[in-house]
Amino acid sequence: MKSGSRFRFVANIVAPFLGLLLVILIFSLLPEVQDRFLRPGNFKSVATQSVIVALAALGMTFVIISGGIDLSVASNIALSSCIVAFIINAGLPPWLGILGGILTGSAIGLINGSLITSLRLVPFIITLGMLGIARGAAKWLAGNQKIDAPITWVNDLMARSPQPPWLLLAPGIWLMILLAAAMAVVLRFTVFGRHVFAIGSNEAAARLCGILTRRTKVIIYGLAGLFCGMSGVMQFSRLTVGDPTVAVGLELDIIAAVVIGGGSLSGGQGSILGSMIGVFIMAFLRNGSTMMGWPNYIQEIIIGIIIVVAVSLDQIRYRRET
Amino acid sequence: MKCISKSFGATRALDNVHFDLKRGEVHALLGENGAGKSTLIKILSGAIRPTRGTMNLEGVKYSPASPLEGRKMGISVIYQELNLAPHMTVEENIMLGQEWRACGFLRRKKMREKVREMLRLVSHPEIAPDVPVKRLSVAARQIVEISRALLEKARILIMDEPTSSLSGEDRNRLFGLIKQLKGQGVSIVYISHFLEEVQQVADRFSVLRDGKNVGSGQMEEISLDRIIQLMVGKKVREVFPRLPHEVGPVALAAFKLRGKRMQAEVTLSLHRGEILGLAGLVGSGRTEFLRALFGLDACHEGVLRIGKEEIAMAGPRLRIDHGIGFLSEDRQGEGLAPSQSVADNLTLSRLAPYSRFGFLRLGLRNRAVERWVQRMKIKAQSPGQSILTLSGGNQQKVALARLLHQEARVLLLDEPTRGIDIISKLQVYQWMAELAAKGKAILFVSSYLPELLNVCDRIAVFYRGQLAEVRPASEWNDQSLTAAATTGRTSAALH
Repeated sequence: MKSGSRFRFVANIVAPFLGLLLVILIFSLLPEVQDRFLRPGNFKSVATQSVIVALAALGMTFVIISGGIDLSVASNIALSSCIVAFIINAGLPPWLGILGGILTGSAIGLINGSLITSLRLVPFIITLGMLGIARGAAKWLAGNQKIDAPITWVNDLMARSPQPPWLLLAPGIWLMILLAAAMAVVLRFTVFGRHVFAIGSNEAAARLCGILTRRTKVIIYGLAGLFCGMSGVMQFSRLTVGDPTVAVGLELDIIAAVVIGGGSLSGGQGSILGSMIGVFIMAFLRNGSTMMGWPNYIQEIIIGIIIVVAVSLDQIRYRRET
Repeated sequence: MKCISKSFGATRALDNVHFDLKRGEVHALLGENGAGKSTLIKILSGAIRPTRGTMNLEGVKYSPASPLEGRKMGISVIYQELNLAPHMTVEENIMLGQEWRACGFLRRKKMREKVREMLRLVSHPEIAPDVPVKRLSVAARQIVEISRALLEKARILIMDEPTSSLSGEDRNRLFGLIKQLKGQGVSIVYISHFLEEVQQVADRFSVLRDGKNVGSGQMEEISLDRIIQLMVGKKVREVFPRLPHEVGPVALAAFKLRGKRMQAEVTLSLHRGEILGLAGLVGSGRTEFLRALFGLDACHEGVLRIGKEEIAMAGPRLRIDHGIGFLSEDRQGEGLAPSQSVADNLTLSRLAPYSRFGFLRLGLRNRAVERWVQRMKIKAQSPGQSILTLSGGNQQKVALARLLHQEARVLLLDEPTRGIDIISKLQVYQWMAELAAKGKAILFVSSYLPELLNVCDRIAVFYRGQLAEVRPASEWNDQSLTAAATTGRTSAALH
């Protein structure tokens, strides 16, 4: 009983972590892909592929712990990446493009948060609306086609072999690791993080305790938007063009990652480490299945099953606990 | 501390109520359901504002705009579990909203120390600060809330029914803590239906009835009987229709039945042509008993017979097929489908007569519903009208009509007259009498004593989850019923 929360924290992380190990183990034992799968280069490319989902999942973790949902993340990524392309294409310096992308993402998030708190509508509806609005805006900006942009150092952010070789990993991956660590600290060791949990656990109680629930929520959605903006920059870096139709349906992957990692859609539960593990479970599955030559639909079915199994295991554990 | 006097205008939920609270005293606020206690504490805590009247706190004018402001002024309300975040730990809950910080970061070690100190202060050092609140017992959750209030430097604690779900030992520990807080100069407003406890813990009392302050004074100078008299008052006699009806053979019998949410097993039988009243406080186990009878909660113990047939424990569908009908006390939440029409609500439990191969014959159903609307005197324009556009009384009539439409022979009615106008009420009484005369069996849960006394053949009283006593209605009166419901014994009021 004494170290209750530490035990609980460990238990919440161990389950998804075992899942991740299991996925890696299965593919390492399949003789067809064994040697290719276990190569460090492959791990590197899985990590590169995960950056976009992972960054957005960081923000989504905050949103889901606070008892909300953000369906507009994928559209937000597409819009931000188009903004980056647009600015660089206009001949402006690349750093301005990055800044523009991140600001766009944050603005979308702040609008989500403000609408949710001022109109008092459920996040599902507001962000569902924003899903359409941001996607439409991206297509409008891009004139319904791809925005070409000259190759700049921005594209090195997601390069498979990083430019100064001593970096070992692409700058995007380092960014993902650093931000994940920072967000884990914010969630567990700051007043803001604690208030996020309180709002998701019992919003009425949080308000009664003097927590500024509306302001906190606006910040939470703004943060989610900020991460989408960064994710959009990475998306552009990888594609080298601004594609308004990119990342369609990616919001479901992002939500799935958080949920597999122990986030509860009714709020109050979740962790950054869990969400990151969720991201990697899905990334390794995709990677391994592709190597096996399994068709796309098999991957989709497997991931679907994993979501249901992961969440129901979590529920069973939860019920036993209480 | 001489604090509050206030009066109320338009709604008359409270009518010129005066209330004062001294420093370091326990003041019991008493009254029946709907007497105005909740309104009073809501005003005190800042949840609502009085229409008239003023409050003073330690000689300074006090008019909180929100519960938060009230708390800042040192007035905290302790509800059962409403105000805790279940996923978060004891420490996180106690410090919530007043975290100690350094540049936005939590000072966890310092806070942990403080929380331990608080828990020691309330004599509950065994509660571990890092356990999530959802794993604590109700008693421990209460301690967490009290600790939080004390951390906020509460000067006045309002405890609303603090013991209704506590066991005997936890109750005594709470009383010990109350005494201790009193000694530290904290004033406590203590609201409870359990009069013997009140006598044990309170220094002074105030009784509210129909929004008026009908008496207050020193606790030790008054007897329980006198308090009950003050609470009950002299009620105006209403007209209760009575039809002669024969009590027949047993229609429904529960033998040592215990549903999942019941605290104790109950043995009770209901006869055809009988109206059996269930009295008791809110939360005394009446509703849980009804839910178990109707199969809404699983029963793992006991036997249930309908007529002579012993029935296996199964869900509501089977109960309806056996001729049992259940009217929920929560009309909006559970009793009716609020977005649907009168016709849908009336026929939902028995659509068979209007369906052919699974397709509904809406014309046929509409004609049948129109007949029901007429027969039950429901004020509705058409069967397709949304149920929400009807008045509370008419909604209730639709809910009742559903039970009759499903041809229930045993009716379980949970607070059927709550929140409906007087004319609809009288109609409900009339139907109950008619149905009993036709040989139907009725179980009638009510918190309104006059209707129980005048409508029922027998009345059973629940107290703290147990069936305390069953007697013919003629052997009960206002006082003995109130006494049985609040103390579990009738002797307190028998002179």
